[in-house]
Amino acid sequence: MVVPYPVHSEPERPLMATQHSRAAARLMISPAVLLLLGWMLIPLCMTLYFSFLRYNLLMPGMEEFTGWMNYRFFLTDPAFMDALVNTLLLVGGVLLITTVGGTLLALLLDQPFWGQGIVRIMVIAPFFVMPTVSALVWKNMFMNPVNGLFGHLFQSLGLQPYDFLSQAPLASIIFIVSWQWLPFATLILLTAFQSLDQEQLEAAEMDGAPALARFWYIMLPHLARAITVVVLIQTIFLLSIFAEILVTTGGGPGTASTNLTYLIYMQSLLQFDVGMGSAGGVVAIILANIVAIFLMRMIGKNLDA
Amino acid sequence: MGRIQLEKVTKSFGEVNVIPPLDLEINDGEFVVFVGPSGCGKSTLLRLIAGLEDVTSGKIEIDGTNATELAPAQRGLAMVFQSYALYPHMSVRKNIAFPMKMAKVPQDEQKRRIDAAAKALNLTDYLDRRPGQLSGGQRQRVAIGRAIVREPQAFLFDEPLSNLDAALRVGMRLEIMELHERLATTMIYVTHDQVEAMTMADKIVVLRAGHIEQVGSPLELYHNPRNEFVAGFIGSPKMNLLKGDTARQHGAATVGVRPEHIAVSTTEGLWQGKVNVAEHLGSDTFLHVNDHGLGSEPLTVRVDGELPVKHGDTIFMTPDTSKMHRFDDEGLRL
Repeated sequence: MVVPYPVHSEPERPLMATQHSRAAARLMISPAVLLLLGWMLIPLCMTLYFSFLRYNLLMPGMEEFTGWMNYRFFLTDPAFMDALVNTLLLVGGVLLITTVGGTLLALLLDQPFWGQGIVRIMVIAPFFVMPTVSALVWKNMFMNPVNGLFGHLFQSLGLQPYDFLSQAPLASIIFIVSWQWLPFATLILLTAFQSLDQEQLEAAEMDGAPALARFWYIMLPHLARAITVVVLIQTIFLLSIFAEILVTTGGGPGTASTNLTYLIYMQSLLQFDVGMGSAGGVVAIILANIVAIFLMRMIGKNLDA
Repeated sequence: MGRIQLEKVTKSFGEVNVIPPLDLEINDGEFVVFVGPSGCGKSTLLRLIAGLEDVTSGKIEIDGTNATELAPAQRGLAMVFQSYALYPHMSVRKNIAFPMKMAKVPQDEQKRRIDAAAKALNLTDYLDRRPGQLSGGQRQRVAIGRAIVREPQAFLFDEPLSNLDAALRVGMRLEIMELHERLATTMIYVTHDQVEAMTMADKIVVLRAGHIEQVGSPLELYHNPRNEFVAGFIGSPKMNLLKGDTARQHGAATVGVRPEHIAVSTTEGLWQGKVNVAEHLGSDTFLHVNDHGLGSEPLTVRVDGELPVKHGDTIFMTPDTSKMHRFDDEGLRL
């Protein structure tokens, strides 16, 4: 026999009071919300508006509506495909280096050794150096074929100095950006390592898992969430890498190290074409969202508890 | 099979000597319980046997072969941890299969052993769940299942029931004892709870500060404690230890009387005292008696649950002198 579950009516609550306080709360947070909305929406709408205008700063007062022309020119520009590929290579390359390198470095730093505290702080240091500064240091002090340390190293070995930034511009930039972001990945992954239950590792050891199997079956799954966080946060920042390109290669040679951000900069500020630059911006927003959707599909489930 | 022998085993962490030279013999099929207060080195001793800690000196033999330098996995022992240490991202099935996967056991043999273990431990319906979706008792059983499928020489349990609630603890205690009956494998069990030790063990090892105080069957320890420490540790509630004149009358430095060996009357008796607290358990009542003139510690006595006594009542107590334990100045049994 099924015993009917007793259904109680909701007890009377002081409705008025909560309604009033809710209304007051909405009223009081509205300035902040409106400010944030304006902050985001006005530039977005203006960018959208400009992207449909023929708007060149060299021809002031001649703005007129051109429909999709800006988009057509931007998307059919041969530099666009190069920039798109470069952007993906840059983001993918840096992500690969920082997550793999960060995992290994965090694994190393998690071991007890003498001077652990100081070493940890030193590892994190590159993250505090401004992008322009670190890129310039790498460009002038390391990668320069005449004065750079790598050049000297090559010469001392009797080899021809290698001009990194003109022979392999994109790879060099990937390397510089990876150097900047490796500490971030290491830091997040180190905290993840530290939260791993040591008894699990001991249990795995008792179960006959050698070190590599313990890493693969116990540690990596435990790190999945932290790696997801690293990948998502870094992707946001890496899609808009700009300063490192500006101060090292200037997007060249040709378009070899031009990414989307840098292409938009060239269109709008070097060619004074505000309309085209805006169209590029809108394209970049759409691409960033596509990347975000792909990422969330692939690894977003790691974030669920 | 599962014969484990420790010879002059020591362990130091840096300067701190946790285990002084220690000899112990565990026979095949025995259920041995290491018991002692926290920090007495019982878990360290278990981890030394498991191989999770290296001995500082001495020798560990398992089945006659020297296992002192062997890696944990090669000793043929399985361990159940206090926190269960299940792998949270694997299903119950994969958790149980993990040691077999590492040992490269064929697939169909793996499946057979998993099904057998799941059936024995009532886990069949939960095989595809994650550990996070199980209750404490179920997680405990998964941890035991993971140990069983390895078909080890001996099982090591490190305070496995301390995270369970009281009712579940009694149930799991029975299950582990039944498991021991069925498998007849050596089991070493670490606990600080002397009730668990008394109820489960074939052989109890009482430890204090790394020293073995006494080894013996539960009743041996109960009836013939070798020293004051064992006398006070084994038995619940604790034995009453009396010094001074009372002890001198019996020719000892300290005498011990268990609460259940004191006869209580409301009219006459050898000692007189005032009831401070009466703990009614139904079948029995434990009385904590003050103002008895035998020392500063309150006396604990066990009386029948029917006896109507309450706080403030005056009662008379007579110890059963034939069951009195006498100890000398150094706490050793006379």
